Amino acid sequence: MEASSIPPTERGRLAVAGARATTAAMMTSQPRKDVLRNNLFAGLLLVAVLIALAGLVALITQAFVKGSSAFSWDLFTNPPSTLDVSNAGFRPAIIGSLMLITGVIIFVVPIGVGAAIYLEEYADRTKWWNRMIELNLQNLAAVPSIIYGILGLGFIVRGPLDLGFILLAGAITLALLVLPIVIIAGREAIRAVPPSIREGSLALGATQWQTVRQQVLPAAIPGITTGVILAVSRALGETAPLLLVGATVFVTFNPEPLSPDGYSALPVQIFQYATRSQEEFKALAAAGIIVMLGVLIVMNSFAIWLRNRYEQRW
Amino acid sequence: MEAGSIGASGPDAGNRSRLEAPSNRTGEKVIKALLAFCGLLSVLTTTAIVISLIGPTIGFFELVGPFEFLFGTDWSPSFEPASFGVLPIVVGTLSVTLWGMLFAIPIGLGIAVYLAEYASPRVRKTVKPIIEVLAGIPTVAIGFFAATFILPSIIQPLWPDNFLGGDNSPFMALAAGLGIGLLIVPVIASISEDAMSAVPHGLREGAYALGATKAKVAIRVVFPAALSGIVASIVLAISRAVGETMIVVLAAGSTPNLTFNPVESIQAMTSYIATTATGDIAQGTPDYKAIFAVGTLLFLITLVMNLLSIRLVRKYRQVYE
Amino acid sequence: MISRKFFAITAATALLAIGVAACGDDDESDSTSGSSGDTPTGLEGTIRIDGSSTVAPLSEAVAEGFQQENPDVRVTVGTSGTSGGFEKFCAGETDFSDASRAIEPEEEALCKKGGVETEAVQVAVDALTVVGNPENPVTCLTVDQLAEIWGPDTTATSWADVPDLDAEYDEELARYGPGTDSGTFDYFTDAVNGEEGVQTKDYNNVGEDDNATVTGVTGDPGGIGYFGYSFFVENEGTIKAFEIDGGDGCVAPSVETAQDGSYAPLARPLYLYPSTDVFEDEVQTAFIDYYLANVNSVAESLGFIPLTDAQLTESEDTLASLEGK
Repeated sequence: MEASSIPPTERGRLAVAGARATTAAMMTSQPRKDVLRNNLFAGLLLVAVLIALAGLVALITQAFVKGSSAFSWDLFTNPPSTLDVSNAGFRPAIIGSLMLITGVIIFVVPIGVGAAIYLEEYADRTKWWNRMIELNLQNLAAVPSIIYGILGLGFIVRGPLDLGFILLAGAITLALLVLPIVIIAGREAIRAVPPSIREGSLALGATQWQTVRQQVLPAAIPGITTGVILAVSRALGETAPLLLVGATVFVTFNPEPLSPDGYSALPVQIFQYATRSQEEFKALAAAGIIVMLGVLIVMNSFAIWLRNRYEQRW
Repeated sequence: MEAGSIGASGPDAGNRSRLEAPSNRTGEKVIKALLAFCGLLSVLTTTAIVISLIGPTIGFFELVGPFEFLFGTDWSPSFEPASFGVLPIVVGTLSVTLWGMLFAIPIGLGIAVYLAEYASPRVRKTVKPIIEVLAGIPTVAIGFFAATFILPSIIQPLWPDNFLGGDNSPFMALAAGLGIGLLIVPVIASISEDAMSAVPHGLREGAYALGATKAKVAIRVVFPAALSGIVASIVLAISRAVGETMIVVLAAGSTPNLTFNPVESIQAMTSYIATTATGDIAQGTPDYKAIFAVGTLLFLITLVMNLLSIRLVRKYRQVYE
Repeated sequence: MISRKFFAITAATALLAIGVAACGDDDESDSTSGSSGDTPTGLEGTIRIDGSSTVAPLSEAVAEGFQQENPDVRVTVGTSGTSGGFEKFCAGETDFSDASRAIEPEEEALCKKGGVETEAVQVAVDALTVVGNPENPVTCLTVDQLAEIWGPDTTATSWADVPDLDAEYDEELARYGPGTDSGTFDYFTDAVNGEEGVQTKDYNNVGEDDNATVTGVTGDPGGIGYFGYSFFVENEGTIKAFEIDGGDGCVAPSVETAQDGSYAPLARPLYLYPSTDVFEDEVQTAFIDYYLANVNSVAESLGFIPLTDAQLTESEDTLASLEGK
């Protein structure tokens, strides 16, 4: 174990000692400057996280503080009122929103799941039209929501479909907006099912559709459901497209899907109250935000519970 | 570990062999056709968007020259006499986006680095979903928060007197910018964190072995390795900010103003479309068609950004898998 | 199986939503403050109103009261702006049009083409109030001075640029005003600049949010803005109203000066335009009669300036003559 290559001179011994000392210093303890910089950096990162969290907390708290004066269970049962602002409520808007998301679910689940199945199980990736479908999907997921409003105004309310400013038109517009979310989530869920499941089914003589319907789909349902709930949450909170397809009228009665008498939705009603000048309306808007956030929390908690309960590990 | 997990999930699952069982049964063919139609709907949607925009836009350009539209600096379509230079509202959009990104990039990247390099798995499991909640808050709520809290209680008290014209305005680009910043922090944080986590541990371990500190590893090794994913997240965030409507309407105002001054009121492309279309002006007038012209411009801008982001994401995912 | 449970949950949610909707319809009649003990009539139908956002709160409140007495009638009130409202009205899409200015000749021609005959029924009075910062020493503004501040080609950037002010002030001008689809904008520009829609573009557009005008003007020593009288009354402590000299001396806005017309030229009537078709429908006739019978009490509670007895009688006469057609 003698370092026989080192010359047994004073210089040699000093060199070895110096090298040992430097290596020891580098490996065992970091210079103080480095430690300080390290901690400073970690501290900055933590500040970033805290700022984001603080923003979130501030938003929710401010809504509660500002809206508490107007909050009561009457908000769910009373219609909006100009005459009697202290008793105004959101009932037609809430019902309108519920109807809209029901329409969205009816439209988006079959078409979204169908498209996901097609793209994952049937489509041949090398064909150009399938690649175009994929590209379109990725683009549509990021198109601004107000462009969907223009689509609704130019195509569904007027134009070829010409449905008029009815609730169904609003539901279709919102459904188109969130369809990419469902398709993408559905694809991820279907993709996560291992090929061995499919192979086994086909080996036993099942057709492709039978395999999909009885093996792949049931396994993918938790993921698909999560996607649907994400999509519905998004649809519930969207305002801009609805503004363009006519959900802006002051209504005190419960809306109907096909009636041309007008309808309202929760985020639109909140927006209308928020832009009115008087303080009572701003408090009402904040109360509406509390209601909306509450509904979203319930829905998303249900989604997370669903996913945890039925998630399968392969 | 082999056959079952290869390509079972993840972005390049397309490489996995497709199990096809082509059948001659008519039922199977019908089902395939139905499903194909569902897939086709996305193409139809894009087509419909283009159709609904193109017609009135062409009609608009028959009345107003493209040059005047794209390079004019006076946007007053409903005044007498009307003027259709779109630059003020484009600059309005860019101004709000700028302030939003100045807030969201450091915060978002800070969160990403923290979650990817420093946080224990338990912390990551709690913090990440909470940040995601920000992405799920309806934009009308964020806009309301920006107008009624950020503007009067954060900007106005902290803003130095008479700086850049002072903080007298009831609407500000900065207030909307900060609101949008809050909205897009999760976009940057989430995608950047994914990109950083995908960097192989070998690279990190090599750096630690050479004596680098954790901070150095994060900044000098992981960050550059994940760069294309990070850039993709920023591009996506910009696209989201450009397309945002409610926050801008509530907090930034409706005054077309060719300025990047953060404490002045501006009008963005999206807020122009929203406030004008709800006023329901007559079809066929120039200012009605202007809505569609602005919409086309907006669609093209976000389209370009989205394509860029998709390409960048594909690049970063390919490098390591 | 999981799939069955999933479909069950979805179906249950959908049924719940529809159930709430169905049940919701039933408790519409037992809502808030009751009317004066009138038994609900058997009237049913739909009434569509659209137009000025200044008049809309008045129509909304009247509509609410009417719907409480007649639960099977639906009234919707839109706020497309005075001009937008007239367009829909002349196309037959609405039954009544709210207007914060009189109908224009082009709009009358449009109505004629659409087969709609109408006349202005005055339902309230408004005093368009010009407001400024409390620190501003100026008390009175002539119409010419207003034109100097708000004119389309104005070069004035500070109060000192305005000629013949009754006090010295050299703060920078900061203008706040409503958007171009507002009837208030139309009326103000017509009265001050001589033509509707003609105004300087160098101002802060607050859209519908008059509160933003208050915030802006009180925060800026050189601020100047305009909106309806009810809004000034609500903010009387924090903001000041200029007296306006329309040629006969300085007049401050108030209920009296608006009603007797001395607050010129910014005292304006607020109108409801019914079409003659209204009288062929008993629901709509009942509504317009209810409107005129109750508008003054509603106006006061909302901060609008009510009609004088003479003006109310005149409106009723106009209605009667329309009915005769």
